[in-house]
Amino acid sequence: MPALTVPAIAPALPELLLAAGALVLVLIGAVQGDRSRGLVGALALALLVAAGLAVAMQPAGRIETFNGAFVVDGFARFMKLLTLLGAAASLILSSDYLKRERLDRYEYPILVVLATTGMLMMISANDLIALYVGVELQSLALYVIAAMDRDNARSSEAGLKYFVLGALSSGMLLYGASLTYGFSGTVSFPGIAAALQNGHSAGIVFGVVFLAAGLAFKISAVPFHMWTPDVYEGSPTPVTAFFAAATKMAAMAMTVRVFVGAFPGIVPQWQQIVVFIAIASMVLGAFAAIGQRNIKRLMAYSSIGHMGYALVGLAAGTEQGVNGVLVYMALYLAMTLGAFACIIAMRREGGMVEEIDDLAGLARSQPALAFCLAMLLFSLAGIPPLAGFFAKFYVFAAAIQAKLVTLAVIGIVASVVGAYYYIRIVKVMYFDEPRGAYLPMAPGLKLVLGVSSAVVVLFWLAPAPLVGAAAAAAKSLF
Amino acid sequence: MIIGLAHYLTVAAVLFTLGVFGIFLNRKNVIIILMSIELILLAVNINLVAFSTHMGDIVGQVYALMVLTVAAAEAAIGLAILVVYFRNRGTIAVEDINMMKG
Repeated sequence: MPALTVPAIAPALPELLLAAGALVLVLIGAVQGDRSRGLVGALALALLVAAGLAVAMQPAGRIETFNGAFVVDGFARFMKLLTLLGAAASLILSSDYLKRERLDRYEYPILVVLATTGMLMMISANDLIALYVGVELQSLALYVIAAMDRDNARSSEAGLKYFVLGALSSGMLLYGASLTYGFSGTVSFPGIAAALQNGHSAGIVFGVVFLAAGLAFKISAVPFHMWTPDVYEGSPTPVTAFFAAATKMAAMAMTVRVFVGAFPGIVPQWQQIVVFIAIASMVLGAFAAIGQRNIKRLMAYSSIGHMGYALVGLAAGTEQGVNGVLVYMALYLAMTLGAFACIIAMRREGGMVEEIDDLAGLARSQPALAFCLAMLLFSLAGIPPLAGFFAKFYVFAAAIQAKLVTLAVIGIVASVVGAYYYIRIVKVMYFDEPRGAYLPMAPGLKLVLGVSSAVVVLFWLAPAPLVGAAAAAAKSLF
Repeated sequence: MIIGLAHYLTVAAVLFTLGVFGIFLNRKNVIIILMSIELILLAVNINLVAFSTHMGDIVGQVYALMVLTVAAAEAAIGLAILVVYFRNRGTIAVEDINMMKG
Protein backbone atom coordinates (compact mmCIF):
# COMPACT_ATOMS: atom_id res chain seq x y z
CA MET A 1 0.00 0.00 0.00
CA PRO A 2 1.46 3.37 -0.97
CA ALA A 3 2.33 5.77 1.80
CA LEU A 4 -0.34 8.32 2.54
CA THR A 5 0.84 11.83 1.77
CA VAL A 6 -1.02 15.05 2.23
CA PRO A 7 -1.59 16.63 -1.21
CA ALA A 8 -0.45 20.17 -1.86
CA ILE A 9 -3.43 22.37 -1.09
CA ALA A 10 -1.93 25.72 -2.07
CA PRO A 11 -3.03 25.44 -5.74
CA ALA A 12 -6.64 25.11 -4.56
CA LEU A 13 -6.40 28.15 -2.29
CA PRO A 14 -9.09 30.22 -4.12
CA GLU A 15 -11.60 27.36 -3.92
CA LEU A 16 -10.79 26.66 -0.27
CA LEU A 17 -11.12 30.35 0.53
CA LEU A 18 -14.58 30.49 -1.05
CA ALA A 19 -15.75 27.21 0.51
CA ALA A 20 -14.58 28.08 4.03
CA GLY A 21 -15.82 31.64 3.63
CA ALA A 22 -19.27 30.43 2.58
CA LEU A 23 -19.49 28.33 5.75
CA VAL A 24 -18.59 31.33 7.90
CA LEU A 25 -21.23 33.38 6.08
CA VAL A 26 -23.85 30.69 6.76
CA LEU A 27 -22.95 30.88 10.45
CA ILE A 28 -23.23 34.67 10.50
CA GLY A 29 -26.56 34.47 8.72
CA ALA A 30 -27.88 31.73 10.98
CA VAL A 31 -26.91 33.57 14.16
CA GLN A 32 -27.97 37.08 13.19
CA GLY A 33 -30.90 36.22 10.93
CA ASP A 34 -32.16 38.69 8.36
CA ARG A 35 -30.42 41.64 10.02
CA SER A 36 -27.14 40.31 8.64
CA ARG A 37 -28.03 40.49 4.97
CA GLY A 38 -26.05 43.67 4.26
CA LEU A 39 -23.02 42.32 6.10
CA VAL A 40 -23.22 38.91 4.40
CA GLY A 41 -23.54 40.56 0.99
CA ALA A 42 -20.49 42.76 1.57
CA LEU A 43 -18.45 39.85 2.94
CA ALA A 44 -19.42 37.65 -0.03
CA LEU A 45 -18.19 40.34 -2.40
CA ALA A 46 -14.97 40.62 -0.39
CA LEU A 47 -14.54 36.83 -0.59
CA LEU A 48 -14.88 36.86 -4.37
CA VAL A 49 -12.32 39.68 -4.60
CA ALA A 50 -9.96 37.79 -2.27
CA ALA A 51 -10.33 34.64 -4.35
CA GLY A 52 -9.58 36.72 -7.45
CA LEU A 53 -6.39 38.04 -5.82
CA ALA A 54 -5.43 34.50 -4.82
CA VAL A 55 -5.88 33.36 -8.42
CA ALA A 56 -3.89 36.30 -9.76
CA MET A 57 -1.01 35.65 -7.37
CA GLN A 58 -0.63 31.97 -8.19
CA PRO A 59 2.77 31.17 -9.74
CA ALA A 60 2.91 30.73 -13.50
CA GLY A 61 3.16 27.28 -15.02
CA ARG A 62 1.13 24.10 -14.71
CA ILE A 63 0.61 22.59 -11.26
CA GLU A 64 -1.30 19.36 -10.64
CA THR A 65 -2.43 18.29 -7.20
CA PHE A 66 -4.83 15.86 -5.47
CA ASN A 67 -3.42 12.93 -7.46
CA GLY A 68 -3.81 14.82 -10.71
CA ALA A 69 -7.52 15.49 -10.18
CA PHE A 70 -7.02 19.23 -9.94
CA VAL A 71 -4.90 21.32 -12.26
CA VAL A 72 -3.95 24.98 -12.25
CA ASP A 73 -2.52 26.34 -15.48
CA GLY A 74 -2.64 29.57 -17.46
CA PHE A 75 -5.99 28.59 -18.97
CA ALA A 76 -7.52 27.90 -15.55
CA ARG A 77 -6.26 31.19 -14.12
CA PHE A 78 -7.62 33.22 -17.06
CA MET A 79 -11.08 31.64 -16.95
CA LYS A 80 -11.22 31.75 -13.14
CA LEU A 81 -10.57 35.48 -13.18
CA LEU A 82 -13.38 35.96 -15.72
CA THR A 83 -15.76 33.81 -13.66
CA LEU A 84 -14.97 35.65 -10.43
CA LEU A 85 -15.38 38.97 -12.23
CA GLY A 86 -18.77 37.88 -13.53
CA ALA A 87 -19.89 36.65 -10.12
CA ALA A 88 -18.72 39.81 -8.33
CA ALA A 89 -20.37 42.07 -10.90
CA SER A 90 -23.67 40.23 -10.67
CA LEU A 91 -23.56 40.52 -6.88
CA ILE A 92 -23.06 44.28 -7.28
CA LEU A 93 -25.98 44.38 -9.73
CA SER A 94 -28.20 42.44 -7.36
CA SER A 95 -27.96 44.37 -4.10
CA ASP A 96 -30.25 47.27 -4.95
CA TYR A 97 -32.68 45.17 -7.02
CA LEU A 98 -33.15 42.57 -4.31
CA LYS A 99 -33.80 45.22 -1.69
CA ARG A 100 -36.53 46.83 -3.79
CA GLU A 101 -38.17 43.53 -4.68
CA ARG A 102 -37.97 42.40 -1.03
CA LEU A 103 -35.82 39.40 -1.95
CA ASP A 104 -32.74 40.39 0.02
CA ARG A 105 -32.35 37.27 2.10
CA TYR A 106 -28.91 36.48 3.41
CA GLU A 107 -28.92 33.11 1.60
CA TYR A 108 -28.54 34.68 -1.83
CA PRO A 109 -24.90 35.87 -1.60
CA ILE A 110 -23.95 32.59 0.10
CA LEU A 111 -25.45 30.55 -2.73
CA VAL A 112 -23.65 32.75 -5.27
CA VAL A 113 -20.35 32.08 -3.47
CA LEU A 114 -21.03 28.32 -3.39
CA ALA A 115 -21.97 28.26 -7.06
CA THR A 116 -18.79 30.17 -7.84
CA THR A 117 -16.77 27.59 -5.88
CA GLY A 118 -18.29 24.90 -8.08
CA MET A 119 -17.44 26.90 -11.19
CA LEU A 120 -13.78 27.27 -10.19
CA MET A 121 -13.75 23.54 -9.54
CA MET A 122 -15.16 22.88 -13.03
CA ILE A 123 -12.47 25.05 -14.60
CA SER A 124 -9.66 23.27 -12.73
CA ALA A 125 -11.06 19.74 -12.94
CA ASN A 126 -8.58 17.37 -14.52
CA ASP A 127 -10.51 14.14 -14.13
CA LEU A 128 -14.11 13.04 -14.58
CA ILE A 129 -14.88 12.78 -10.85
CA ALA A 130 -13.68 16.30 -10.06
CA LEU A 131 -15.59 17.52 -13.10
CA TYR A 132 -18.84 15.94 -11.87
CA VAL A 133 -18.43 17.26 -8.33
CA GLY A 134 -17.76 20.77 -9.66
CA VAL A 135 -20.74 20.69 -12.01
CA GLU A 136 -23.10 19.52 -9.28
CA LEU A 137 -21.86 22.01 -6.70
CA GLN A 138 -22.54 24.75 -9.21
CA SER A 139 -25.86 23.39 -10.44
CA LEU A 140 -27.42 22.65 -7.05
CA ALA A 141 -26.79 26.24 -5.93
CA LEU A 142 -28.12 27.60 -9.24
CA TYR A 143 -31.38 25.61 -9.07
CA VAL A 144 -32.12 27.24 -5.74
CA ILE A 145 -31.36 30.82 -6.75
CA ALA A 146 -33.41 30.43 -9.95
CA ALA A 147 -36.43 29.72 -7.74
CA MET A 148 -35.41 32.31 -5.15
CA ASP A 149 -38.42 34.58 -5.71
CA ARG A 150 -40.46 31.90 -4.03
CA ASP A 151 -43.82 33.66 -3.97
CA ASN A 152 -43.62 34.28 -7.70
CA ALA A 153 -45.08 31.51 -9.85
CA ARG A 154 -42.80 32.31 -12.77
CA SER A 155 -39.63 32.15 -10.70
CA SER A 156 -40.56 28.81 -9.16
CA GLU A 157 -41.49 27.48 -12.57
CA ALA A 158 -38.07 28.61 -13.85
CA GLY A 159 -36.41 26.81 -10.93
CA LEU A 160 -38.38 23.63 -11.57
CA LYS A 161 -37.62 23.60 -15.30
CA TYR A 162 -33.96 24.32 -14.66
CA PHE A 163 -33.81 21.54 -12.09
CA VAL A 164 -35.44 18.88 -14.27
CA LEU A 165 -33.45 19.67 -17.39
CA GLY A 166 -30.23 20.29 -15.44
CA ALA A 167 -30.54 16.95 -13.68
CA LEU A 168 -31.17 15.25 -17.02
CA SER A 169 -28.07 16.88 -18.47
CA SER A 170 -25.99 15.81 -15.47
CA GLY A 171 -27.28 12.29 -16.06
CA MET A 172 -26.17 12.36 -19.68
CA LEU A 173 -22.81 13.82 -18.73
CA LEU A 174 -22.37 11.03 -16.18
CA TYR A 175 -23.41 8.29 -18.60
CA GLY A 176 -20.83 9.61 -21.05
CA ALA A 177 -18.27 9.78 -18.25
CA SER A 178 -18.97 6.18 -17.24
CA LEU A 179 -18.53 4.94 -20.82
CA THR A 180 -15.35 6.97 -21.22
CA TYR A 181 -14.02 5.51 -17.98
CA GLY A 182 -14.91 1.98 -19.00
CA PHE A 183 -13.43 2.06 -22.47
CA SER A 184 -10.28 4.01 -21.64
CA GLY A 185 -9.67 2.51 -18.19
CA THR A 186 -9.05 5.78 -16.38
CA VAL A 187 -10.87 8.92 -15.30
CA SER A 188 -7.98 11.39 -15.57
CA PHE A 189 -7.92 13.56 -18.69
CA PRO A 190 -4.20 13.06 -19.48
CA GLY A 191 -4.71 9.32 -18.88
CA ILE A 192 -7.65 9.21 -21.30
CA ALA A 193 -5.63 11.13 -23.87
CA ALA A 194 -2.77 8.65 -23.48
CA ALA A 195 -5.10 5.64 -23.75
CA LEU A 196 -6.57 6.99 -26.98
CA GLN A 197 -3.20 7.43 -28.67
CA ASN A 198 -3.19 3.94 -30.14
CA GLY A 199 -6.69 3.67 -31.54
CA HIS A 200 -10.11 3.93 -29.92
CA SER A 201 -13.21 1.76 -29.66
CA ALA A 202 -16.78 2.64 -30.58
CA GLY A 203 -17.58 2.86 -26.87
CA ILE A 204 -15.34 5.91 -26.51
CA VAL A 205 -17.18 7.68 -29.32
CA PHE A 206 -20.48 6.92 -27.58
CA GLY A 207 -19.02 8.32 -24.39
CA VAL A 208 -17.86 11.49 -26.16
CA VAL A 209 -21.32 11.98 -27.67
CA PHE A 210 -23.02 11.76 -24.27
CA LEU A 211 -20.37 13.97 -22.67
CA ALA A 212 -20.88 16.51 -25.45
CA ALA A 213 -24.64 16.44 -24.89
CA GLY A 214 -24.20 17.14 -21.18
CA LEU A 215 -21.70 19.91 -21.83
CA ALA A 216 -23.91 21.48 -24.51
CA PHE A 217 -26.70 21.61 -21.93
CA LYS A 218 -24.50 23.52 -19.52
CA ILE A 219 -23.45 26.12 -22.10
CA SER A 220 -27.04 26.19 -23.47
CA ALA A 221 -26.10 25.22 -27.01
CA VAL A 222 -28.66 23.85 -29.50
CA PRO A 223 -30.12 21.15 -29.43
CA PHE A 224 -30.03 21.30 -25.63
CA HIS A 225 -31.00 24.94 -25.25
CA MET A 226 -34.71 24.62 -24.47
CA TRP A 227 -34.38 25.52 -20.79
CA THR A 228 -32.57 28.80 -21.47
CA PRO A 229 -35.37 31.18 -22.53
CA ASP A 230 -37.74 30.08 -19.75
CA VAL A 231 -35.11 30.16 -17.02
CA TYR A 232 -33.79 33.54 -18.17
CA GLU A 233 -37.30 35.00 -18.27
CA GLY A 234 -38.57 33.54 -15.02
CA SER A 235 -35.60 34.05 -12.71
CA PRO A 236 -35.07 37.37 -10.93
CA THR A 237 -33.03 39.60 -13.28
CA PRO A 238 -29.73 39.69 -11.28
CA VAL A 239 -29.88 35.88 -11.12
CA THR A 240 -30.27 35.84 -14.89
CA ALA A 241 -27.24 38.12 -15.14
CA PHE A 242 -25.30 35.65 -12.99
CA PHE A 243 -26.38 32.76 -15.25
CA ALA A 244 -25.42 34.68 -18.36
CA ALA A 245 -22.07 35.93 -17.06
CA ALA A 246 -20.36 33.61 -14.60
CA THR A 247 -21.98 30.26 -15.42
CA LYS A 248 -21.28 30.52 -19.13
CA MET A 249 -17.59 31.26 -18.51
CA ALA A 250 -17.10 28.18 -16.34
CA ALA A 251 -19.13 25.86 -18.56
CA MET A 252 -17.27 26.95 -21.68
CA ALA A 253 -13.91 26.52 -19.92
CA MET A 254 -14.94 23.03 -18.85
CA THR A 255 -16.03 22.16 -22.40
CA VAL A 256 -12.73 23.34 -23.86
CA ARG A 257 -10.71 21.43 -21.29
CA VAL A 258 -12.63 18.19 -21.78
CA PHE A 259 -12.33 18.21 -25.57
CA VAL A 260 -8.80 19.57 -25.85
CA GLY A 261 -7.38 17.98 -22.70
CA ALA A 262 -8.93 14.50 -22.79
CA PHE A 263 -9.69 13.83 -26.45
CA PRO A 264 -6.87 15.29 -28.54
CA GLY A 265 -6.49 11.86 -30.17
CA ILE A 266 -9.94 11.83 -31.77
CA VAL A 267 -10.28 15.39 -33.00
CA PRO A 268 -12.13 14.42 -36.24
CA GLN A 269 -14.85 12.67 -34.22
CA TRP A 270 -15.63 15.47 -31.80
CA GLN A 271 -15.02 18.17 -34.37
CA GLN A 272 -18.14 17.01 -36.25
CA ILE A 273 -20.20 17.26 -33.07
CA VAL A 274 -18.89 20.72 -32.19
CA VAL A 275 -19.37 22.01 -35.74
CA PHE A 276 -22.99 20.81 -35.72
CA ILE A 277 -23.70 22.33 -32.30
CA ALA A 278 -22.05 25.62 -33.31
CA ILE A 279 -24.02 25.95 -36.56
CA ALA A 280 -27.33 25.01 -34.92
CA SER A 281 -26.77 27.46 -32.05
CA MET A 282 -25.77 30.37 -34.28
CA VAL A 283 -28.72 29.88 -36.62
CA LEU A 284 -31.30 29.35 -33.88
CA GLY A 285 -29.91 32.25 -31.87
CA ALA A 286 -30.29 34.49 -34.91
CA PHE A 287 -33.76 33.47 -36.06
CA ALA A 288 -35.62 32.62 -32.85
CA ALA A 289 -34.78 35.96 -31.24
CA ILE A 290 -36.49 37.96 -33.99
CA GLY A 291 -40.02 37.47 -32.70
CA GLN A 292 -39.28 38.07 -29.01
CA ARG A 293 -40.97 40.90 -27.11
CA ASN A 294 -39.44 40.27 -23.67
CA ILE A 295 -35.89 41.57 -23.43
CA LYS A 296 -34.73 38.86 -21.01
CA ARG A 297 -36.01 36.20 -23.38
CA LEU A 298 -34.24 37.97 -26.21
CA MET A 299 -31.00 37.95 -24.22
CA ALA A 300 -31.46 34.19 -23.74
CA TYR A 301 -31.59 33.59 -27.49
CA SER A 302 -28.74 36.01 -27.91
CA SER A 303 -26.64 34.00 -25.44
CA ILE A 304 -27.46 30.77 -27.31
CA GLY A 305 -26.18 32.40 -30.50
CA HIS A 306 -23.06 33.74 -28.81
CA MET A 307 -22.18 30.33 -27.40
CA GLY A 308 -22.42 29.09 -31.00
CA TYR A 309 -19.89 31.72 -32.12
CA ALA A 310 -17.53 30.83 -29.28
CA LEU A 311 -17.80 27.13 -30.22
CA VAL A 312 -16.61 28.03 -33.73
CA GLY A 313 -13.21 28.65 -32.15
CA LEU A 314 -13.31 25.31 -30.32
CA ALA A 315 -14.37 23.53 -33.52
CA ALA A 316 -11.09 24.63 -35.08
CA GLY A 317 -9.40 22.49 -32.43
CA THR A 318 -6.18 24.53 -32.63
CA GLU A 319 -4.33 26.76 -30.20
CA GLN A 320 -5.46 29.76 -32.23
CA GLY A 321 -9.04 28.56 -31.94
CA VAL A 322 -8.87 28.26 -28.15
CA ASN A 323 -7.32 31.73 -28.08
CA GLY A 324 -10.38 32.93 -30.00
CA VAL A 325 -12.73 31.25 -27.52
CA LEU A 326 -10.97 32.95 -24.59
CA VAL A 327 -11.06 36.41 -26.19
CA TYR A 328 -14.70 35.82 -27.12
CA MET A 329 -15.72 34.81 -23.61
CA ALA A 330 -13.89 37.79 -22.04
CA LEU A 331 -15.59 40.30 -24.32
CA TYR A 332 -18.96 38.52 -24.07
CA LEU A 333 -18.68 38.87 -20.30
CA ALA A 334 -18.34 42.65 -20.64
CA MET A 335 -21.20 42.88 -23.15
CA THR A 336 -23.64 40.71 -21.24
CA LEU A 337 -22.97 42.36 -17.87
CA GLY A 338 -23.52 45.80 -19.42
CA ALA A 339 -26.73 44.68 -21.11
CA PHE A 340 -28.09 43.22 -17.88
CA ALA A 341 -27.17 46.39 -15.98
CA CYS A 342 -29.41 48.23 -18.46
CA ILE A 343 -32.22 45.67 -18.05
CA ILE A 344 -32.08 46.01 -14.26
CA ALA A 345 -32.26 49.79 -14.72
CA MET A 346 -35.63 49.44 -16.52
CA ARG A 347 -37.78 50.39 -13.57
CA ARG A 348 -40.72 52.80 -13.41
CA GLU A 349 -42.93 53.82 -10.51
CA GLY A 350 -45.05 50.68 -10.92
CA GLY A 351 -42.08 48.29 -10.76
CA MET A 352 -39.81 46.51 -13.19
CA VAL A 353 -40.62 46.49 -16.91
CA GLU A 354 -39.19 43.89 -19.28
CA GLU A 355 -40.77 44.49 -22.70
CA ILE A 356 -38.69 45.84 -25.56
CA ASP A 357 -41.42 48.43 -26.24
CA ASP A 358 -40.80 49.84 -22.76
CA LEU A 359 -37.45 51.10 -24.08
CA ALA A 360 -39.24 53.40 -26.53
CA GLY A 361 -37.79 56.89 -26.73
CA LEU A 362 -35.11 56.18 -24.15
CA ALA A 363 -32.71 58.38 -26.14
CA ARG A 364 -34.76 61.46 -25.25
CA SER A 365 -35.52 60.66 -21.63
CA GLN A 366 -32.13 59.17 -20.67
CA PRO A 367 -29.56 59.79 -23.40
CA ALA A 368 -26.57 58.38 -21.47
CA LEU A 369 -28.28 55.06 -20.69
CA ALA A 370 -29.58 54.83 -24.26
CA PHE A 371 -26.11 55.49 -25.67
CA CYS A 372 -24.48 52.81 -23.49
CA LEU A 373 -27.16 50.25 -24.35
CA ALA A 374 -26.92 51.11 -28.06
CA MET A 375 -23.14 50.57 -27.98
CA LEU A 376 -23.54 47.26 -26.15
CA LEU A 377 -26.16 46.09 -28.67
CA PHE A 378 -24.03 47.14 -31.65
CA SER A 379 -21.16 45.24 -30.05
CA LEU A 380 -23.32 42.13 -29.51
CA ALA A 381 -24.24 42.37 -33.19
CA GLY A 382 -20.53 42.49 -34.05
CA ILE A 383 -20.26 45.91 -35.67
CA PRO A 384 -16.72 47.36 -35.91
CA PRO A 385 -14.88 48.97 -34.19
CA LEU A 386 -16.65 47.72 -31.05
CA ALA A 387 -15.38 44.79 -29.00
CA GLY A 388 -17.90 42.26 -30.34
CA PHE A 389 -16.44 42.60 -33.82
CA PHE A 390 -12.96 41.64 -32.65
CA ALA A 391 -14.35 38.72 -30.66
CA LYS A 392 -16.01 37.31 -33.78
CA PHE A 393 -12.94 38.14 -35.88
CA TYR A 394 -10.64 35.93 -33.80
CA VAL A 395 -12.91 32.86 -33.81
CA PHE A 396 -13.74 33.10 -37.52
CA ALA A 397 -10.07 33.63 -38.42
CA ALA A 398 -9.16 30.49 -36.47
CA ALA A 399 -11.95 28.52 -38.20
CA ILE A 400 -10.75 29.62 -41.65
CA GLN A 401 -7.16 28.66 -40.79
CA ALA A 402 -8.41 25.22 -39.77
CA LYS A 403 -10.11 24.93 -43.19
CA LEU A 404 -13.63 25.22 -41.77
CA VAL A 405 -14.67 27.84 -44.31
CA THR A 406 -18.31 26.73 -44.52
CA LEU A 407 -18.65 27.05 -40.75
CA ALA A 408 -17.21 30.57 -40.82
CA VAL A 409 -19.49 31.63 -43.70
CA ILE A 410 -22.60 30.30 -41.91
CA GLY A 411 -21.45 32.13 -38.78
CA ILE A 412 -21.10 35.42 -40.61
CA VAL A 413 -24.51 35.04 -42.26
CA ALA A 414 -26.07 34.25 -38.86
CA SER A 415 -24.46 37.31 -37.31
CA VAL A 416 -25.90 39.49 -40.09
CA VAL A 417 -29.38 38.07 -39.42
CA GLY A 418 -28.83 38.52 -35.69
CA ALA A 419 -27.89 42.17 -36.20
CA TYR A 420 -31.53 42.79 -37.20
CA TYR A 421 -32.99 42.27 -33.76
CA TYR A 422 -30.23 44.14 -31.96
CA ILE A 423 -30.61 47.12 -34.25
CA ARG A 424 -34.40 46.98 -33.91
CA ILE A 425 -33.95 47.70 -30.19
CA VAL A 426 -31.72 50.67 -31.04
CA LYS A 427 -34.43 51.90 -33.42
CA VAL A 428 -37.07 51.59 -30.68
CA MET A 429 -34.86 53.58 -28.31
CA TYR A 430 -33.95 56.34 -30.74
CA PHE A 431 -36.95 56.79 -33.03
CA ASP A 432 -40.10 55.78 -31.14
CA GLU A 433 -42.26 58.02 -28.98
CA PRO A 434 -41.02 58.21 -25.36
CA ARG A 435 -42.95 56.26 -22.74
CA GLY A 436 -41.64 58.08 -19.68
CA ALA A 437 -38.31 57.96 -17.90
CA TYR A 438 -37.07 55.27 -15.56
CA LEU A 439 -36.27 55.83 -11.92
CA PRO A 440 -32.63 56.79 -11.24
CA MET A 441 -30.05 54.03 -11.36
CA ALA A 442 -28.29 52.72 -8.27
CA PRO A 443 -24.53 53.51 -8.05
CA GLY A 444 -23.61 49.82 -8.44
CA LEU A 445 -25.51 49.61 -11.73
CA LYS A 446 -23.77 52.76 -12.97
CA LEU A 447 -20.39 51.30 -12.08
CA VAL A 448 -20.95 47.99 -13.90
CA LEU A 449 -22.57 49.67 -16.89
CA GLY A 450 -19.82 52.31 -17.11
CA VAL A 451 -16.95 49.83 -16.92
CA SER A 452 -18.46 47.36 -19.38
CA SER A 453 -19.41 50.09 -21.87
CA ALA A 454 -15.88 51.49 -21.64
CA VAL A 455 -14.40 48.04 -22.33
CA VAL A 456 -16.74 47.53 -25.28
CA VAL A 457 -16.21 50.95 -26.84
CA LEU A 458 -12.48 51.36 -26.19
CA PHE A 459 -11.26 47.80 -26.73
CA TRP A 460 -9.87 48.62 -30.18
CA LEU A 461 -7.47 51.18 -28.66
CA ALA A 462 -5.59 48.58 -26.59
CA PRO A 463 -6.48 45.00 -27.52
CA ALA A 464 -2.96 43.73 -26.77
CA PRO A 465 -3.20 43.01 -23.00
CA LEU A 466 -6.34 40.87 -23.28
CA VAL A 467 -5.36 39.10 -26.50
CA GLY A 468 -1.84 38.49 -25.15
CA ALA A 469 -3.16 37.04 -21.90
CA ALA A 470 -5.62 34.85 -23.82
CA ALA A 471 -2.85 33.63 -26.13
CA ALA A 472 -0.66 32.68 -23.16
CA ALA A 473 -3.65 30.94 -21.54
CA ALA A 474 -4.46 29.01 -24.73
CA LYS A 475 -0.81 27.96 -25.07
CA SER A 476 -0.91 26.26 -21.66
CA LEU A 477 -3.48 23.75 -22.96
CA PHE A 478 -1.41 22.46 -25.87
CA MET B 1 -24.51 -18.86 -18.49
CA ILE B 2 -21.85 -16.50 -17.22
CA ILE B 3 -23.06 -12.99 -16.69
CA GLY B 4 -20.36 -10.79 -18.18
CA LEU B 5 -19.69 -7.11 -18.64
CA ALA B 6 -21.93 -6.87 -21.71
CA HIS B 7 -24.98 -7.96 -19.73
CA TYR B 8 -24.47 -5.29 -17.11
CA LEU B 9 -23.92 -2.65 -19.77
CA THR B 10 -27.10 -3.71 -21.52
CA VAL B 11 -29.15 -3.49 -18.33
CA ALA B 12 -27.67 -0.05 -17.64
CA ALA B 13 -28.41 1.11 -21.18
CA VAL B 14 -32.02 -0.09 -20.88
CA LEU B 15 -32.45 1.66 -17.53
CA PHE B 16 -30.90 4.86 -18.92
CA THR B 17 -33.22 4.83 -21.91
CA LEU B 18 -36.22 4.20 -19.67
CA GLY B 19 -35.19 7.16 -17.54
CA VAL B 20 -34.82 9.52 -20.50
CA PHE B 21 -38.14 8.42 -22.00
CA GLY B 22 -39.77 8.72 -18.61
CA ILE B 23 -38.82 12.40 -18.55
CA PHE B 24 -39.99 13.20 -22.05
CA LEU B 25 -43.06 11.00 -22.52
CA ASN B 26 -44.64 11.48 -19.11
CA ARG B 27 -47.32 14.20 -19.15
CA LYS B 28 -48.80 13.51 -15.74
CA ASN B 29 -46.72 14.16 -12.69
CA VAL B 30 -43.43 15.81 -11.80
CA ILE B 31 -42.71 13.16 -9.15
CA ILE B 32 -42.40 10.63 -11.98
CA ILE B 33 -39.74 12.89 -13.53
CA LEU B 34 -37.80 12.81 -10.25
CA MET B 35 -38.02 9.01 -10.29
CA SER B 36 -36.78 8.95 -13.89
CA ILE B 37 -33.79 11.07 -12.91
CA GLU B 38 -32.97 8.58 -10.15
CA LEU B 39 -33.25 5.79 -12.72
CA ILE B 40 -30.70 7.52 -14.97
CA LEU B 41 -28.24 7.96 -12.12
CA LEU B 42 -28.63 4.34 -11.05
CA ALA B 43 -27.99 3.19 -14.60
CA VAL B 44 -24.76 5.17 -14.51
CA ASN B 45 -23.84 3.52 -11.20
CA ILE B 46 -24.36 0.03 -12.64
CA ASN B 47 -22.08 1.01 -15.53
CA LEU B 48 -19.41 2.36 -13.20
CA VAL B 49 -19.40 -0.61 -10.84
CA ALA B 50 -19.48 -3.12 -13.70
CA PHE B 51 -16.51 -1.46 -15.39
CA SER B 52 -14.74 -1.17 -12.05
CA THR B 53 -14.97 -4.89 -11.22
CA HIS B 54 -14.27 -5.88 -14.81
CA MET B 55 -11.02 -3.91 -14.87
CA GLY B 56 -10.09 -4.52 -11.23
CA ASP B 57 -9.83 -0.75 -10.79
CA ILE B 58 -11.28 0.80 -7.62
CA VAL B 59 -11.83 4.30 -9.07
CA GLY B 60 -15.16 3.38 -10.62
CA GLN B 61 -16.57 2.40 -7.24
CA VAL B 62 -15.35 5.66 -5.71
CA TYR B 63 -17.10 7.46 -8.54
CA ALA B 64 -20.31 5.50 -7.87
CA LEU B 65 -20.25 6.54 -4.20
CA MET B 66 -19.85 10.18 -5.25
CA VAL B 67 -22.81 9.84 -7.60
CA LEU B 68 -24.96 8.32 -4.84
CA THR B 69 -24.16 11.16 -2.45
CA VAL B 70 -24.80 13.89 -4.98
CA ALA B 71 -28.01 12.20 -6.13
CA ALA B 72 -29.36 12.41 -2.57
CA ALA B 73 -28.61 16.15 -2.41
CA GLU B 74 -30.13 16.64 -5.84
CA ALA B 75 -33.34 14.85 -4.88
CA ALA B 76 -33.64 16.97 -1.73
CA ILE B 77 -33.28 20.21 -3.67
CA GLY B 78 -35.63 19.01 -6.39
CA LEU B 79 -38.35 18.18 -3.88
CA ALA B 80 -37.86 21.55 -2.16
CA ILE B 81 -38.33 23.38 -5.45
CA LEU B 82 -41.35 21.21 -6.18
CA VAL B 83 -42.93 22.19 -2.84
CA VAL B 84 -42.37 25.88 -3.63
CA TYR B 85 -43.91 25.37 -7.04
CA PHE B 86 -46.92 23.55 -5.62
CA ARG B 87 -47.53 26.34 -3.10
CA ASN B 88 -47.68 28.86 -5.96
CA ARG B 89 -49.68 26.91 -8.48
CA GLY B 90 -51.59 24.26 -6.51
CA THR B 91 -50.71 21.58 -9.05
CA ILE B 92 -47.70 19.54 -10.10
CA ALA B 93 -49.07 18.19 -13.37
CA VAL B 94 -46.47 18.40 -16.11
CA GLU B 95 -48.90 19.86 -18.65
CA ASP B 96 -49.58 22.82 -16.34
CA ILE B 97 -45.94 23.93 -16.28
CA ASN B 98 -46.50 26.36 -19.11
CA MET B 99 -46.62 29.90 -17.78
CA MET B 100 -43.77 30.82 -20.07
CA LYS B 101 -44.11 29.56 -23.60
CA GLY B 102 -41.33 27.27 -24.72
